[in-house]
Amino acid sequence: MNIIVCIKQVPDTSEVKINPLTNTLIREGVPSIINPYDLHAIEAALQIREKKGGKLTVITMGPPQAEDALREAIAMGVDDVRLISDKAFAGSDTWATSYTLSRAIEKLGYDLILCGKQAIDGDTAQVGPEIAEFLDIPHIAYIKKIEEIGDGFVRVQRLMDDSYDVVESTIPVLLTVVKELNVPRLPSLRGKMAAKKAVITKMTLNDLDAEEDNIGLRGSPTKVKNIFAPPMKGDRKILEGTLENQINELVEVLKSIKCL
Amino acid sequence: MPITVKIDICTGCGQCVDSCPYSAIELKNEKAFINDFCNECNACLSVCPEGALTEFALKSDLPKSINLNEYKGVWVFAEQRSGYIASVALELLGAGRRLADALKTTLTAVLFGSNEEEAKELIRWGADKVFHANDSSLNKFNDEPYCQLLLDLIRQHKPEIVLAGATAIGRSFIPRVAGRLKTGLTADCTSLEIDKETGNLLQIRPAFGGNIMATILCPEHRPQMATVRPRVMKRNLYNPDRNGEIINVPIQNLKSRTKVLDTVNESSECMINLQDAEIIVSGGRGLGGSKGFEMLGELARLLGGTIGSSRAAVDEGWIPYRHQVGQTGKTVCPKIYLACGISGAVQHLVGMQSSDIIIAINKNPEAPIFNVATYGIVGDIYEVVPLLINKIKEAKE
Repeated sequence: MNIIVCIKQVPDTSEVKINPLTNTLIREGVPSIINPYDLHAIEAALQIREKKGGKLTVITMGPPQAEDALREAIAMGVDDVRLISDKAFAGSDTWATSYTLSRAIEKLGYDLILCGKQAIDGDTAQVGPEIAEFLDIPHIAYIKKIEEIGDGFVRVQRLMDDSYDVVESTIPVLLTVVKELNVPRLPSLRGKMAAKKAVITKMTLNDLDAEEDNIGLRGSPTKVKNIFAPPMKGDRKILEGTLENQINELVEVLKSIKCL
Repeated sequence: MPITVKIDICTGCGQCVDSCPYSAIELKNEKAFINDFCNECNACLSVCPEGALTEFALKSDLPKSINLNEYKGVWVFAEQRSGYIASVALELLGAGRRLADALKTTLTAVLFGSNEEEAKELIRWGADKVFHANDSSLNKFNDEPYCQLLLDLIRQHKPEIVLAGATAIGRSFIPRVAGRLKTGLTADCTSLEIDKETGNLLQIRPAFGGNIMATILCPEHRPQMATVRPRVMKRNLYNPDRNGEIINVPIQNLKSRTKVLDTVNESSECMINLQDAEIIVSGGRGLGGSKGFEMLGELARLLGGTIGSSRAAVDEGWIPYRHQVGQTGKTVCPKIYLACGISGAVQHLVGMQSSDIIIAINKNPEAPIFNVATYGIVGDIYEVVPLLINKIKEAKE
């Protein structure tokens, strides 16, 4: 079984702070990490490979330094990695990113593709399903449990907004995973040694059968017009007086909005 | 378009470096330098006091592959669950109606499954027209049939805007539709407007875990597609006398490689859908233990609300993960969010800061939760909450 896991290197948004004077992000010193959801995808893939055998390849699309994320994946025990990187890919939105990744996956060959449910920097959750569409294979999003991987099929539990579904799909299939699925393993010492020595193979535009009109900025239907700081609420009020008075005021508020 | 630096004007003041959310500007030889990370978000353009940063016009712009004027009308994908219209669909009709009125065009709802009575409800909530694929096989959500049906309808009728809920259903199959149509899709929008000059849809959404907001455009492709965060948009007024047209969509040869075998409702006593709750009483590390949630449970019951929590309380094992609000938990938007002993880490704030009224109780007056709170009480939750419970009981009598 050929398993591909798509990962993204992201800034650790829990470390991101706002500069109160300029209302902009302070990115200095913010560490880059593997998107947390993608770690669960890697773990799931490792467990499947341990049970079913096969080859597990982790891919990422990004600038040259995204190589660090791939080394981390090697340290966790994956067989092979690919860095999909080219200046021509810069400025890709989710459409162009999905297209480019699908071309790389097509080259590598696949039975099972795993992705995290979304990346914590963009939070779109769109790249997984779009890759499946470009490869013309089914996908199941928000997997919380893999019940069975059989001969030519998978059966999984898909998280919905107020329930979960048991869904079966033919293979090949793309799955996007949520945190409940598993607990990602820590890299072993041997894995870390392997990661240090590994030579990272790059795939550039020349290595893919991709149409230039579909990649990078040119292939991206969406454009970012501007970014701005989220509006702060202007009606803040710290209650004052004795605690009893404060509580009374709060109860009046609850009454006034017909909550009581 | 790419950003360039006019080297002769740049003074190397570095303000653009701080403004860039992608760390794409560096100072080299005391001049701004745009590196490979540039996402062309244009955030730096207005920051430069010298006007040294400009957009670099590409020599040959893409030939317009489609005639934008062929695309007319605003569409809303009205999702149903077990046959009933989901509340997010009514919110989308509210947002869609305002966009359609601004563009002086029609609002169409698309309904797969359910029944004719529910289709009529969509009209009463503001739709002019409903495309209804009235087939019980569609009552259970399945990506491929939904994708194929919506694709066929869009190709046939060419709407200029298509909105869907940013729900498990919308976020799963809408990307496939946009992918196949080669058009833009903006995820999880919290605000939608029409650009008065161009008529383009301005799609506003949080990014970087809510640390910044971005306005996204899809200027050269149609339809402009967006998923919209539940509980953010306002509904229209319900009009029981409103008339409209219901058009039956025939179902033919829907193929699917996935099968939904079963749906399991995880209903337990405390499992109330956080995202649908009107009142949420939420607890954090300040509670000090699982006992604190029993107290909050009483308060929640009195108010007719449900229990939420911060990640810290979940990590401590005081309450199950399904109650977690925030970036790695649920995003909620209730009428009242009562934060007890929650300091207000950014990841928590992004999950609840669009609530109508936020009441924060925390003993630390410097806690960031007070920055987003409508009402704040500085005090010990074990003093404040019992007193609040008593006063509410009194008020109810």
